Amino acid sequence: MTVPAIQLEHVTFQYDSQAEPTLHDVNLTIQPGEKVLIVGPSGSGKSTLGNLINGLIPHAFPGKLSGSVKVNGAEVKDQSLAALSVNVGTVLQDPDAQFVALTAGEDIAFALENSAVAPSEMHARVKKWADRLKIGDLLGQAPQSLSGGQKQRVAMAGVLIDEGDVLLFDEPLASLDPATGEASVALIDELHQAYHVTEVIIEHRLEDVLRRPVDRLVVMADGRILADDTPEHLLRGQLLQKIGLREPLYLEAAEFAGIDLKQAAHLSDAEAFDAPELGSKLAAFTEDAPTVVAEKPQAPLLTVDSLQFAYPKGRQIFTDLNLELHHGEMVALVGRNGVGKSTLSHLIAGFLTPDAGQISLEGKDLADWSVKERADQIGYILQDPNQMISKHLIFDEVALGPRLRGWDEARVNEAVLEALKVCGLYPFRSWPINALSYGQKKRVTIAAILVLEPALMILDEPTAGQDWRHFTDMMRFLTKLNAQGITMMLITHDMHLMLEYAQRAIVLGDGGVLMDATPATVLTDPAVIQHASLAQPSLYRLAKRLGLDPLAFTQAVIDQERRVRQ
Amino acid sequence: MNSLFGYDPKDTWLHRLTGATKMLAFLGISVIVMASYDTRFVCAVMLASIILFAQAKIRWHQISLVVKIITIFAVVNLLLVFVFSPQYGVGLYGSKHVLLNAGYFTITQEQLFYELNLALKYIVTVPLALIFLITTNPSEFAASLNKLHVSYRISYSVALALRYIPDVQANFRQISLAQQARGYELSRKAKLFQRLKGMGQILMPLIFTSLDRIDQISQAMELRRFGTGKRRTWYMDQPLRTPDWLVLVGVVVIILVGLVLFKVNGGRFYNPFR
Repeated sequence: MTVPAIQLEHVTFQYDSQAEPTLHDVNLTIQPGEKVLIVGPSGSGKSTLGNLINGLIPHAFPGKLSGSVKVNGAEVKDQSLAALSVNVGTVLQDPDAQFVALTAGEDIAFALENSAVAPSEMHARVKKWADRLKIGDLLGQAPQSLSGGQKQRVAMAGVLIDEGDVLLFDEPLASLDPATGEASVALIDELHQAYHVTEVIIEHRLEDVLRRPVDRLVVMADGRILADDTPEHLLRGQLLQKIGLREPLYLEAAEFAGIDLKQAAHLSDAEAFDAPELGSKLAAFTEDAPTVVAEKPQAPLLTVDSLQFAYPKGRQIFTDLNLELHHGEMVALVGRNGVGKSTLSHLIAGFLTPDAGQISLEGKDLADWSVKERADQIGYILQDPNQMISKHLIFDEVALGPRLRGWDEARVNEAVLEALKVCGLYPFRSWPINALSYGQKKRVTIAAILVLEPALMILDEPTAGQDWRHFTDMMRFLTKLNAQGITMMLITHDMHLMLEYAQRAIVLGDGGVLMDATPATVLTDPAVIQHASLAQPSLYRLAKRLGLDPLAFTQAVIDQERRVRQ
Repeated sequence: MNSLFGYDPKDTWLHRLTGATKMLAFLGISVIVMASYDTRFVCAVMLASIILFAQAKIRWHQISLVVKIITIFAVVNLLLVFVFSPQYGVGLYGSKHVLLNAGYFTITQEQLFYELNLALKYIVTVPLALIFLITTNPSEFAASLNKLHVSYRISYSVALALRYIPDVQANFRQISLAQQARGYELSRKAKLFQRLKGMGQILMPLIFTSLDRIDQISQAMELRRFGTGKRRTWYMDQPLRTPDWLVLVGVVVIILVGLVLFKVNGGRFYNPFR
């Protein structure tokens, strides 16, 4: 009998800083060469499970650990973190944070440096793995000059260089755009096939990881393993939805069309998914879908006209950018990294000055408005709430903007409490911000902008890194604000967000707007998808395979999805 | 690459020397030049350092700011030396040749000669320091420090700081923009006090995001075995080659000449007034 690669028996773990155990009596066995996906909502304990395998628990995070965790038959708590790291390579969530050296080559060599491997051998091994991962010509580059995908390849090479037999990926897709994420999933699979390593992937984005086959799916919630089975079996049941994970979109579509998943086959593979009368039922569903009459656009709120901009001594970002945001709209702004999404927001907010062209709000030219004056009308919310919060108490944070504008305290009080109510933070008004969760902090930053009653809000990646339940909460909240008349521009890489919540998608390309259309139109246009670093949704591929009109089908599914949600 | 150390990758013989050689050379020559007040010796070394500087192919725009700051600092320093003790040179050289009689501020040849020596020392060391900074790869420098028996944890922190300074700068910029949008005026329009207060508001988010970051980095480093061994090797390590040894021998010769001159002059000072 072979020794399991990873074996957990009756593991209970409680962080010293927590009142309750994070994991309860967890049992899990992974055989050598298996590829296992661990899914679960935020707070389910899946990252803690990963830390048990790579030894950060108990070696770096103190806590009460009972039960046994073995890697290749040896107890983790009896080995040093260093000895363990040779067997278990961990690729962390944020490739930026994983990058500890000044150049790619040094970063790949980092583990070998620490093991005092001779420089000549080190250079040979770095070259070998860099070539295998196709980053051989990037070895002299600084991290700032690499793309997200390249950074992730560097991170993987830096772990593979130990030639261990277990690879652990902790939310590998969280900070990548869809196209890069798709490439990463493919790369992880290629590594599995080429080197027969055991792979453990921790991720809540089920559909994206399932683009390539996995052997087993482990489902976690509330610190327990609820299921440990093939993806095929688990997708047939209802467990995933019940714990707040999202089933793949193509399965959702099939259910809308009245298909019983119990009779379907190949549920985990969008390319092979099949069911009795699948084609005809989906066709009928598309046909019968009530046409949603697009609301007539309201009067324009923000107009950008013939905008030109280049950074001093930098490249030309916009040569001729034109766009219009209408009152009450929710628009997604998409495009690959570096194409100018943030630059555009900075131009609108007044942090940057255009070289030519005009930005106007309600027909008034903004050229002479200061950043502060614009901020009264246009709220700009960063992706990371920690970058925005500067006060200790929630109330003070939200009151900051009004106080700086010299409102009298009675008015400040009234407005802040109102904003906190709208954001569902009223019960916490006198709490310190540190005590809040990530999603709640995000709401604080939104409340702090909302209190100034802006006409337009620009949100940078409002849902990045959040699981489906938190994603849905956030988007419901934003939809509610939108319904109250606040126009929204959401900068995003998330195709679900764009498809299901945005009325319109503006795709930035080189120099200007590449496409301005409904999200379904954008996501069924292969050329635009490629240019904007998006990924083809499974719906598109399913429709193609079954000979349906991809646009009509995608639109029908989204409309149905929106009706169900309401 | 990185702008703080101003490393500029080029291919001159100075770039190819190891960081350890360049640091030893810089330190050795600086110490002897600082110690010696033999004008002939200092002038000769100055000439050599200017020739070296030309060979490093450093462009003016890379160093203009630093040079301007150092020049201002040096001039202020020389003036202050005169203001605080205008007759120091007289005591030093044991004679008094008055050029301009002005009571306390009487100007003597001795004082001017003494201050000329001070100025020469600046002119020698600044090009050497710039050569060291601009031609040395920071990672290789960290490796060199370690080779000189500085703990690798300290050596690596130099490289790590350089790695993350651009990230912290970018983070700072983001936060500053967000705070401005909240209504803090940080532009030149605002009064100084207001700007300082606004800057204070950036600090807290900057510290919190940086602390988060440090947590992640130290995890990433631990997972790749940093800090476990007694020693570590360096990817950017370079063995000492013949040119390195030649340079080091040259430095030793210069130091010896300086020391011999102490003997010849009967002290650190060369006295042309005697």
